[in-house]
Amino acid sequence: MTTSAIALLIGVPVSFGIALFLTEMCPVALKRPLGTAVELLAAIPSIIYGMWGLFVFAPFFADHVQPLIQRVLGDVWIIGPLFQGAPTGLGVLTAGVILAVMVIPFIASVMRDVFEIVPPVLKESAYGLGCTTWEVVRNIVLPYTRIGVIGGIMLGLGRALGETMAVTFVIGNAYRIRASLFEPGNSIASALANEFNEAADPVHRGSLIALGLVLFVLTLIVLAASRMLVARLTRAEGAQT
Amino acid sequence: MTEVDPRAASGGERMLTTRRYRRRLFVNRFNLAMSLATMAVGMLFLLWILATLFSNGFAALSPTLFTQMTPPPGSAGGLLNAIYGSALIVLTATLVSTPIGILAGIYLAEYGRDGAFAEATRFVNDILLSAPSIVLGLFVYTVYVLQVGHFSGWAGSVALALIAIPVVVRTTENMLRLVPSSLREAAVALGAPMWKVILMVTLKAVRGGVITGVLLAVARMSGETAPLLFTALNNQFWSTDMNAPMANLPVVIFQFAMSPFDDWKTLAWAAALLITLTVLVLNVLARTVFRQAEVR
Repeated sequence: MTTSAIALLIGVPVSFGIALFLTEMCPVALKRPLGTAVELLAAIPSIIYGMWGLFVFAPFFADHVQPLIQRVLGDVWIIGPLFQGAPTGLGVLTAGVILAVMVIPFIASVMRDVFEIVPPVLKESAYGLGCTTWEVVRNIVLPYTRIGVIGGIMLGLGRALGETMAVTFVIGNAYRIRASLFEPGNSIASALANEFNEAADPVHRGSLIALGLVLFVLTLIVLAASRMLVARLTRAEGAQT
Repeated sequence: MTEVDPRAASGGERMLTTRRYRRRLFVNRFNLAMSLATMAVGMLFLLWILATLFSNGFAALSPTLFTQMTPPPGSAGGLLNAIYGSALIVLTATLVSTPIGILAGIYLAEYGRDGAFAEATRFVNDILLSAPSIVLGLFVYTVYVLQVGHFSGWAGSVALALIAIPVVVRTTENMLRLVPSSLREAAVALGAPMWKVILMVTLKAVRGGVITGVLLAVARMSGETAPLLFTALNNQFWSTDMNAPMANLPVVIFQFAMSPFDDWKTLAWAAALLITLTVLVLNVLARTVFRQAEVR
């Protein structure tokens, strides 16, 4: 679960930035190619992310990013222990970062779509009062699309929870809960993918299927919550027009 | 925001206003710059992934890839059986899921509309759409593989079809809903029965969109790994028997990339390149088909 949390922590601000860029700043000629590029990022199969994460990103992370984080944050009170351990590149943090790259296109495209339904009249009147672009986004666009944005984040969360292959490659598979984000860990989906074909006795197999059920119920809850939010958004819209 | 008129303001107030205005400008520029930076980061990751994939994949690409079987560790070989298996499994799954998906989409858009049953179907379809693929794989494992007693290509196709159906249903329904009702009414006024209206007017009008949906579903299926791991498994040898475990590209990538042998890893890169190219080409194709349909 930590991996999904990390993924959202990184993914949400970045996708917000991308959506903002695509709707408010981007020159019209670049809108289409850049939007397509973001969607291509979503189309790359998860196993490719996994391979890339294992062979390219994890070594890079171990050599350059992790020592840096350790040097800067390693001794800080409270959050210090989060970053202890050997910088191998495999582990919960790496998995979280790769998941973030995978959910960014989903969240970004939902955000872009809801940003685009903001009536131009609202934005224009704000500009007319002398607002800067950022103030328009902060005070007009975000409040207007709040529910849709949350729905998009929920969608991304559902994706991150159910993602199997990419996580399996880089998380390291260890059955312990460690304080440090650099240690190997495990997620429901990666445990399933790794063990299922080796599980011989019925108890092991049964418990793995139970894990699958837990995962399914979790995604179900996320989906139901996002649907309710989106339904509220559409109802609110209907009341306004 | 202050409402002080700069001309009427005294010196101190004017300074305050300009300082605040500078601050606002700075916050604005800073945040917009951050937004630009995130966009650049996103693009960087896309290019980075594609670059490694191409450099490693093309290095591994060779004619033997398409003529030989997957090798045991330590010897040369190709991916022929895996390519064939993948194509067969995805093809079967497409043949199963396309008619079901399109028919269900027609029902939802034309017959069911806002009825209680249609709403329930829509909700269940959404659940299927967002269910993790590994859970679908588990499901097929328990209801099919366990009952039959062995892994098989058929089971893989069933699992992939389960993934594809909701995608096709969703796009078909959305596309059909875009057809203006005046078009339907005109056809009905000419005395056409409902099935003829659907078949010859509405479905024809959204042909491009429906094809897009099917192509996207195929693209999604060809990259799926998790469900195949539990259903089709893998096979080292040439096999055309859909009732036996079957080789397929994603599982081969999974097993070979995790292995310690260098020649297996090379093959995994080649397979990864093949899959990504297929998926990207399908995506671009779907987009162009869709845009053409829009223009018409």
